[in-house]
Amino acid sequence: MSVRRLDPNQPESFEFTPENLDWAKTQMAKYPDGKQASAIISLLWQAQKQHGWLPEPAIRYVADLLGMDYIRALEVATFYTMFNLSPVGEHFVQLCGTTPCWLRGADDLKEVCRKHIGEEGEVSEDGKLSWLEVECLGACVNAPMVQINDDFYEDLDAEKFERILSELRSGKDVKPGPQNGRRSSEPEDGPTTLKDSMSAGKAGGE
Amino acid sequence: MLEDKDRIFTNLYGFDDWGLEGAKRRGDWDGTAAIIAKGRDWIIDEMKNSGLRGRGGAGFPTGMKWSFMPKESDGRPHYLVVNADESEPGTCKDRDIMRHDPHKLIEGCLIASFAMGAHACYIYVRGEFIREREQLQAAVDQAYEAGLIGKNAAGSGWDFDLYVHHGAGAYICGEETALLESLEGKKGMPRLKPPFPANVGLYGAPTTVNNVESIAVAPTILRRGASWFSGLGRPNNAGTKLFCISGHVNKPCNVEEEMGIPLRELLEKHAGGVRGGWDNLLAVIPGGSSVPLLPKTVCDDVLMDFDSLKAVQSGLGTAAVIVMDKSTDIIKAIARLSYFYKHESCGQCTPCREGTGWMWRVMERLVAGEAEPAEIDMLLDVTKRVEGHTICALGDAAAWPVQGLIRHFRGTIEERIAAKRGGAAQVAAE
Repeated sequence: MSVRRLDPNQPESFEFTPENLDWAKTQMAKYPDGKQASAIISLLWQAQKQHGWLPEPAIRYVADLLGMDYIRALEVATFYTMFNLSPVGEHFVQLCGTTPCWLRGADDLKEVCRKHIGEEGEVSEDGKLSWLEVECLGACVNAPMVQINDDFYEDLDAEKFERILSELRSGKDVKPGPQNGRRSSEPEDGPTTLKDSMSAGKAGGE
Repeated sequence: MLEDKDRIFTNLYGFDDWGLEGAKRRGDWDGTAAIIAKGRDWIIDEMKNSGLRGRGGAGFPTGMKWSFMPKESDGRPHYLVVNADESEPGTCKDRDIMRHDPHKLIEGCLIASFAMGAHACYIYVRGEFIREREQLQAAVDQAYEAGLIGKNAAGSGWDFDLYVHHGAGAYICGEETALLESLEGKKGMPRLKPPFPANVGLYGAPTTVNNVESIAVAPTILRRGASWFSGLGRPNNAGTKLFCISGHVNKPCNVEEEMGIPLRELLEKHAGGVRGGWDNLLAVIPGGSSVPLLPKTVCDDVLMDFDSLKAVQSGLGTAAVIVMDKSTDIIKAIARLSYFYKHESCGQCTPCREGTGWMWRVMERLVAGEAEPAEIDMLLDVTKRVEGHTICALGDAAAWPVQGLIRHFRGTIEERIAAKRGGAAQVAAE
């Protein structure tokens, strides 16, 4: 278990933008009548996207929208670790430190974070970056890797990761995915199977 | 070696079009209505005869699981829930299915739902897979637009709705009843069984929870026939399987291979072999972080399937192969897994909530050698008091890697303690 607490500094209030409210209604419609609580994770997630992190008024707002008791919504917000209960950097780095990434150099990436961002959990002075060590992100054959906001950056080493951080900091776009030239999860110098599909893809002008 | 013609996931790496057009070119959505016209019993019998065992880790026969659903509705709806909460360390296969071959999964959802009398299916995708979820949703939208799902899905006469749902970072939600709790909008805490989900599942209605890979292979099995699938692999361990090869190999990768392939052949043919050569191998975790590791002597000739790995006191799990060469601090590698389980325990059952923290703290001391030799047996004893004493298998999963370490590397642990104590004694003497 991880201990998770609400931030001492909270905004006065929260409400969805009209667009997000419309979107929230489409999510609630996915579930049978009376089971709208099912939409809580996706609504809290959208609230976090809108605000940058998940403040307490947003948790209450979403609970009201779904007809849930506040305590049930608070339980969900504190149970699931992807809800950031305190502010994070504009580019939020989640660094996978579990064994498959650790075996291939996750510790080196942690050093890069300490050097370029600061201590774990602290937002850099310019507000651009913060980082957290997280548990397995499910891209183990592309280890070591990090998630930055919505994207995975894979097949990293310290040098590549430093470059990515500094480019993000200066507002540049960085191409997500593997950083060593491969397309996805195939062996680095080309697949050992499905070689025809590779040419089919190329012929199809992918 | 398995030939490409017998591979199911022909766009595993995403070199071809992931969309509907590409999927149809690769043979998906071909004669779906005709398969459904053969009826529920035929589909379930065919799945049973194929010998497919669940690809999420436990290896329970898929056809038999489907047959547990009530034959007739008692007024409650039936649900299929697909477990795409892929979080077992080492495992990244369902990710490739969702982003590169999503129509295999969608077609499988329709057929499986029909076979179990379900008109609605939810796919629960782990929260971190944001891009994969977007890709899957785009494929679902394509399928709706083409009339393949929705009212009279694919012209089968069966009405079918498919929804993509997501989590927010909790490994425990890969446990099927925790997943259902989460899907209902609660904390992901596992339920006591019985009642089993086939009787009381999502919203109290009959529900079957299947792994992404199990559902995605079903349409191909039904098209090519149970005997084709059961003819691959070994008895009771049929078919093909996605393997995820990570850690100290030259070329980590995902690959679809035949069940029962020798571990060494798998690593050398597809992953470029162990870094520094086969003799530089220290140990392999063959089926995701939850299964006990195997030392090199076992790796030399072990086969990769459920029964072969069980026979060497490990398991196939999710077929996530984590390779460690001789440079690895094996105690630290397992201690990091202990930290993982401590972090991911939901906290509901005391043996797991307290035991995972306890095991991790002792493991950290063993990494530093700061322990009494007798504590190795005490740690082993603690693992036995967690294993089998919790509602779900997370307690077992936390215990097994530590048990595997002590079983095969007790000497390494003892040497480290001795070195530390020897060092300390020397300092004291000076």
